[in-house]
Amino acid sequence: MDVPVSYYVVLSGIVFSIGLVGVLIRRNIIIILLSVELMLNATNINFVAFSSYLGNLSGQVFVFFALTVAAAEVAVGLAIIIALYRHSESINIDDFRLLKW
Amino acid sequence: METFVFFYFATIIVVTAGLVVALKSPIYSALALLVMFFHVAGLFVTLHAEFLAIIQILVYAGAILVLYLFVVMLLNLKREEHFHSQFIVGLFLGCVLFAEAVLLVLKGETTLGQNIAASAAPIELTRGNTESIGELLYSTYLFPFEVASLILLVAMVGAVILTKKGILEVKS
Repeated sequence: MDVPVSYYVVLSGIVFSIGLVGVLIRRNIIIILLSVELMLNATNINFVAFSSYLGNLSGQVFVFFALTVAAAEVAVGLAIIIALYRHSESINIDDFRLLKW
Repeated sequence: METFVFFYFATIIVVTAGLVVALKSPIYSALALLVMFFHVAGLFVTLHAEFLAIIQILVYAGAILVLYLFVVMLLNLKREEHFHSQFIVGLFLGCVLFAEAVLLVLKGETTLGQNIAASAAPIELTRGNTESIGELLYSTYLFPFEVASLILLVAMVGAVILTKKGILEVKS
């Protein structure tokens, strides 16, 4: 236990920021969903690190729930991608701007 | 030794996370994500969360990533879509967020976790990690556990309805 908990927090911050940048700059919807997975994993690292350092297992249980939500999100997200692809033969985010103007 | 192991895992995680965003092909991005999931699982093992490490590999690498690869191959994309036109803005926002997080960690380090550690119940090392999590899951967190099963049911129904042809189309 000689690694300070702030190292884990910084690591998780880096991964979360990369995920956020990925959501903002990529145009492929599949990559955007992968970046959301990155962000969920960053929070999981945080949860497990604090759970281990505080000696409280509740954090690990919350990772379990985050995993459930991630699985549900992927199932619905990929279904939406397939529906979008059937609709307009593209998964480029720039092609779906019906709500924009 | 533990510091070395941590830095190994951290380096690989950051590099592969960057590759997920930077690589052009979705398949390569998914494979980079696979490597990252394995290393996050390794990090969980060093933090004594063995059950979550196994679950991470089973669920993320085994189920979620395979689903991604299935969809990538199902869609059969021809054109490569790379970065958005708001590339600079996105990068700038990410850097700002990260700087903010680092600042918070550095400034708040004197109080980080100190007041919580005193009140937290010590971990029970006499039992295994899986047994402890199971007991917590079925006692304290029983209701959220049931809600999680409901979320999975809703996601299943939603995925079937969204992908089935002829349900959402308007008959005309």
